[in-house]
Amino acid sequence: MSVQTWTWILVGVTFALYFGIAIWARAGSTKDFYVAGGGVSPLANGMATAADWMSAASFISMAGIISFAGYDGSVYLMGWTGGYVLLALLLAPYLRKFGKFTVPDFIGDRYYSNSARTVAVICALIVSFTYVAGQMRGVGIVFSQFLQVDITLGVIIGMAVVLVFAFLGGMKGITYTQVAQYCVLIFAFMVPAIFISIQMTGNIIPQVGMGGTLEDGTYLLDKLDTLHTELGFKEYTQGSKSTWDVFAITFALMVGTAGLPHVIVRFFTVPKVKDARKSAGLALLFIAILYITAPAVAVFSRTNLIETVRDQSYTDIPEWFKNWEDTGLIAWSDKNGDGKIQYVQGSALVGKKPEFLEGRGVYGERLISNASDATNELYVDRDIMVLANPEIAGLPNWVIALVAAGGLAAALSTAAGLLLVISTSISHDLIKKQLKPNISDKGELRWARASILVAIVIAGLFGIYPPGFVAAVVALAFGLAAASFFPAIILGIFDKRMNKQGAVAGMVVGITLMLGYMIVYKTGLIGIMDPLPPSDWWFGTSPEGFGTIAMCVNVVVSLVVSRMTPKPPKDVTDMVENIRIPSGAGEAAQH
Amino acid sequence: MSSTNKARAYWKENIKYLAILLSIWFVVSYGCGILFRDALNTINLGGFKLGFWFAQQGSIYVFVVLIFVYVRLMNKLDKKYGYHED
Repeated sequence: MSVQTWTWILVGVTFALYFGIAIWARAGSTKDFYVAGGGVSPLANGMATAADWMSAASFISMAGIISFAGYDGSVYLMGWTGGYVLLALLLAPYLRKFGKFTVPDFIGDRYYSNSARTVAVICALIVSFTYVAGQMRGVGIVFSQFLQVDITLGVIIGMAVVLVFAFLGGMKGITYTQVAQYCVLIFAFMVPAIFISIQMTGNIIPQVGMGGTLEDGTYLLDKLDTLHTELGFKEYTQGSKSTWDVFAITFALMVGTAGLPHVIVRFFTVPKVKDARKSAGLALLFIAILYITAPAVAVFSRTNLIETVRDQSYTDIPEWFKNWEDTGLIAWSDKNGDGKIQYVQGSALVGKKPEFLEGRGVYGERLISNASDATNELYVDRDIMVLANPEIAGLPNWVIALVAAGGLAAALSTAAGLLLVISTSISHDLIKKQLKPNISDKGELRWARASILVAIVIAGLFGIYPPGFVAAVVALAFGLAAASFFPAIILGIFDKRMNKQGAVAGMVVGITLMLGYMIVYKTGLIGIMDPLPPSDWWFGTSPEGFGTIAMCVNVVVSLVVSRMTPKPPKDVTDMVENIRIPSGAGEAAQH
Repeated sequence: MSSTNKARAYWKENIKYLAILLSIWFVVSYGCGILFRDALNTINLGGFKLGFWFAQQGSIYVFVVLIFVYVRLMNKLDKKYGYHED
């Protein structure tokens, strides 16, 4: 059977499964809708958190990014897993004991202030919307790459699917579909990785194979370092970022992970404090399976790619190369006219993406209009490393189709979790808590469903017409979460003296500083200024790593301001003492 | 013990655990994986340079273990102070 047939079958079967679960797990109350009734087992919650967390970016792009960045890619590996240690030790048990529905709930109650709640709602909405737009785009890309469906139609199909299980089931429907999606995505990621590990190193475990030897007896990583040096790249295991910047980015990603509202809210769904701790451990375990495999995939595919294309005549190149050239993810221009592919350090293009011309060159290659003067002739999109991996290794068609189904599962599960945070922020934090406090449970549920509908449409529009800033901002969402939520929550639990004035001042200063730095050094202001160059970075800190500094400033400001202003009221300090003790968590429903 | 004193003693032990576990968390990732990686890279673990291995593999294994150790320690602590729920 062809790849396309297989893909339609696998995508169809998995979608039918998600629908089935959605119908089975309909939500009857706001408690079902927001926190899945508070009765999810730690195991199911761990899997669901893992699926929620691992987005299209983790599944499709991360191994590719590491593959091209080598050691520098470690910031993502450590950053996106180490954050769970902070979450498990510093946040999850206490927030579970606190026992309400959302992060703004905690901020609003702990700092006895509706303005603090509103600041938190706005931060949650900014973070979630930028994130979800990327997911919808991811759905569209998977559909267009594997099924030759137009991206717009792909996004609409994705919207419709998410709508069914999020609208009907709320958190309950989402949680149980995510369990299924986790299984699909991890299977889809592991199968090709294992196949390739066996092919290249003879070892069935990719993590061991990565440190193993090739047929000729040299270590794979040494071989890759040598290849990199020969081609003028930095050694794979060394990387090129400064030690401080690696440190800062890793820290910002860790703290940001622990501060993301769609991850935190997960720990409100389990019955007891004890379960919240255990469930954080299980979540990390399930995530780690992918995160320790990705660097192995990165090494295998990088070596494979270099060896396949280096100084190879275009006419002898394998079929997959030309297929991906057709989709625009690979481009080659024969600059020195020898018909061979020169792949060395340097950008093959002027600008980021190839601009293709009509017609073909002498060897049948697609012509591009923006080739650069550099010696390097080859442009390779990083996403290819996962998408094309099975083809490059010559794996059977069903494995290739499996990757498509896995990518969709990753994108849909994350999108659903984020949409729920958005709808909860609106129906619970804004409408119930601020505008219409007397609304009935049924009424609130109607609002929740209505806002999820609106959120899906907006997210879909972002996916179809991606604004240029989305890609830049998604990476920085972590910095924003680090600079705003994380200190406010941590200090709220661990510093009894922390008060409204301190927390609000810290959050406002932190997020303003972070946004300012982002605009000055990353995005610029359209039509007014271009971003300033890296040479002007403060202490050599990249915008991605600046969350670390903004977070420290937030903490200092909070501490200083709180010591200069009145103590928090007695009932608030009593509440803090209460959440520090695990027993008597009750259900996550007391309003 | 009065309930306030009990709560205070429980919290103190909890903070002690957190300090120990988070120090390990810091050492494996920021220490071995970033700050001291050049020194560790002179040591080989099979085909891996040790610093590189910590950054892309080792730290993640340790993270997972840390959380489960924490879960065990806290379950014991909860029992000791009578805060457990079964």
